[in-house]
Amino acid sequence: MALSRLASSSSSSRSADLLKPLCSAISLRRPISTDTTPITVETSVPFTSHQCDTPSRSVQTNAKELLTFFRDMALMRRMEIAADSLYKAKLIRGFCHLYDGQEAVAVGMEASITKKDCIITAYRDHCTFVARGGTLLEVFAELMGRQAGCSRGKGGSMHFYKKDSNFYGGHGIVGAQVPLGCGLAFAQKYSKDEAVTFALYGDGAANQGQLFEALNISALWDLPAILVCENNHYGMGTAEWRAAKSPAYYKRGDYAPGLKVDGMDALAVKQACTFAKEHALKNGPIILEMDTYRYHGHSMSDPGSTYRTRDEITGVRQERDPVERIRKLILSHDLATEKELKDIEKEIRKEVDDAIAQAKENPLPESSELFTNVYAKGLGVESFGADRKEVRAVLP
Amino acid sequence: MLGIVRQKMLEQSLKKIPPAVSVLRSYSSAAKQMTIRDALNSALDEEMSADSKVFLMGEEVGEYQGAYKITKGLLDKYGPERVLDTPITEAGFTGVAVGAAYYGVKPVVEFMTFNFSMQAIDHIINSAAKTNYMSSGQISVPIVFRGPNGAAAGVGAQHSQCYAAWYASCPGLKVLAPYSSEDARGLLKAAIRDPDPVVFLENELLYGESFPVSDEVLDSSFCLPIGKAKIERKGKDVTIAAYSKMVGYALKAAETLEKDGIDAEVINLRSIRPLDRSMINASVRKTSRLVTVEEAFPQHGVGAEICASIVEESFAYLDAPVERIAGADVPMPYAANLERMAVPQVEDIVRAAKRTCYRSVS
Repeated sequence: MALSRLASSSSSSRSADLLKPLCSAISLRRPISTDTTPITVETSVPFTSHQCDTPSRSVQTNAKELLTFFRDMALMRRMEIAADSLYKAKLIRGFCHLYDGQEAVAVGMEASITKKDCIITAYRDHCTFVARGGTLLEVFAELMGRQAGCSRGKGGSMHFYKKDSNFYGGHGIVGAQVPLGCGLAFAQKYSKDEAVTFALYGDGAANQGQLFEALNISALWDLPAILVCENNHYGMGTAEWRAAKSPAYYKRGDYAPGLKVDGMDALAVKQACTFAKEHALKNGPIILEMDTYRYHGHSMSDPGSTYRTRDEITGVRQERDPVERIRKLILSHDLATEKELKDIEKEIRKEVDDAIAQAKENPLPESSELFTNVYAKGLGVESFGADRKEVRAVLP
Repeated sequence: MLGIVRQKMLEQSLKKIPPAVSVLRSYSSAAKQMTIRDALNSALDEEMSADSKVFLMGEEVGEYQGAYKITKGLLDKYGPERVLDTPITEAGFTGVAVGAAYYGVKPVVEFMTFNFSMQAIDHIINSAAKTNYMSSGQISVPIVFRGPNGAAAGVGAQHSQCYAAWYASCPGLKVLAPYSSEDARGLLKAAIRDPDPVVFLENELLYGESFPVSDEVLDSSFCLPIGKAKIERKGKDVTIAAYSKMVGYALKAAETLEKDGIDAEVINLRSIRPLDRSMINASVRKTSRLVTVEEAFPQHGVGAEICASIVEESFAYLDAPVERIAGADVPMPYAANLERMAVPQVEDIVRAAKRTCYRSVS
């Protein structure tokens, strides 16, 4: 419904008229990926707020950004589906929590910030890592426990990090990342860096006590912390109404303002994050609740269909899929043809397949890596293997 | 003749002075006395002065001047941006501190006692200790967790536990336990400068005790190495290994044992993790007998680890079974007589040492 309104409004907008001459000649299509002519798009729904003003529903974007969104989200989608296959082929072990369906949050957030801003999240971290600049090889190699992995095979699916992009993981303990994120914000303020931290957590983690402790400290000390609840409506197998007396997560900050956002709309996410960053730098913590959805179960061990209906899942896929939304936007604004978008998707499939092939060839870590990085400064102390008379090492 | 008597008396009295006697002899100036409290306060002050990334966080560390006055004067000197009073929310503020350390600043977190650290233990272990390893060296965690540990006087079961063994079992942490003022200064400075998470276990009952400190110890660059124990008293008949307050008890036990012709070597562990296995083993290879002393619960404790290390590395050198003296295997009672039975006393250490020498203990 919102999209048809968009289509009709775009055909009468000046910006679409400007684009029309460009559309006719195929050879002139090449500049589309760098075209930064402003386009205004309305978000799917208005924002709802708690203790603050709402940002405008009209979002400034352009062809370049929309195509980047499409490409990045399609890449993430393909990556997560490929990870599903690798897990079933037993090349990925242990835990694997997939993000397909939630891509708009990672992509919209990244579009609103710089690499000086920090992001920290829980264990559903593959796409957030890629949004921060991680490569497909680093992802697949880490998932398969190989040397080329972002944590050199020693972390696994839940422990991706990229410090040079201010991405701080990757955390397995539900809720722990929220105080850690507030700590990053503290350090940014302490260092006078004029940047913010986005601490992401799920609707399951939203009930954690330490979250409220960290929010209290952040509000007392005016920390530039943005708490982002990725509400996919299920904490593992428990629906939000069974876990939270109040599932209005954007209001749970009480004294801290909050905003409810359509997390399947990358432009709405971008708008909300821009708003939140400005707020947090001036006024301290704010909560963003991203209304989103995961197509997979909680993890690869969870079919995801015992606590929700298949109709619900397919319904969301049909009505609210984030990649499809951007595809429709691009097509309705005549920014690219269907074939061009399909070609991008073909390219992406190849990229993903190539990365997987490369990762499969990559070796497991050397045995000596068992004993590296226990400390940053090893002091020459000894560490032991299972049989200390057989395996000992000096910690580097 | 009088001169010889006076010399003998001087030698006797010198032997009674606890640590740093040898250090005293090499400096001509008269030994300064310093309490543990002042030692810790001066160490914090100097490290904050030297590195603007160092800051303090904890309950009552600022305006109250510290629950035990360890952080006295630091708020006035460094301001509220660097000395932060937290709400009573250990899980929250410990997580905030660890996150700040991820970014590269250097928090020194005070737990009012380590009993309250249990509320934050997930952040100490899972967020701090393991992160450098899980990130393959990308994210180091330069944080210090400090505060009083172990039994105080009459504070009951929930306020008296010693956490040395729990923290020291975890790879990725460094765990220190100072005894003297020299230890307090040198080890706290080392801990703050160290890029890894350090658990720094103080003792409330020692805060007011004075120890001699040399000019070297008082210098702002003074630092002790992490992972190295100290021989507080050289001996040849039995090794007594202890940490924190029990070092003082071990030294008193050594005096008593000396009267019975047993020459005890007292080791001040200083570092629980890394444990100075080579020094302890070298000592036991010399003496052939071991007594470990700790205030903590006995099961799966620091003493158990030391005994295992000796049995693994120096079995052939032992002339007697290893002995452990530890706190009683019960929650700490309140009544004074029961409390006395729940912690080691000097006579317990003496008795155990005599057992290793196959001497009658009656």
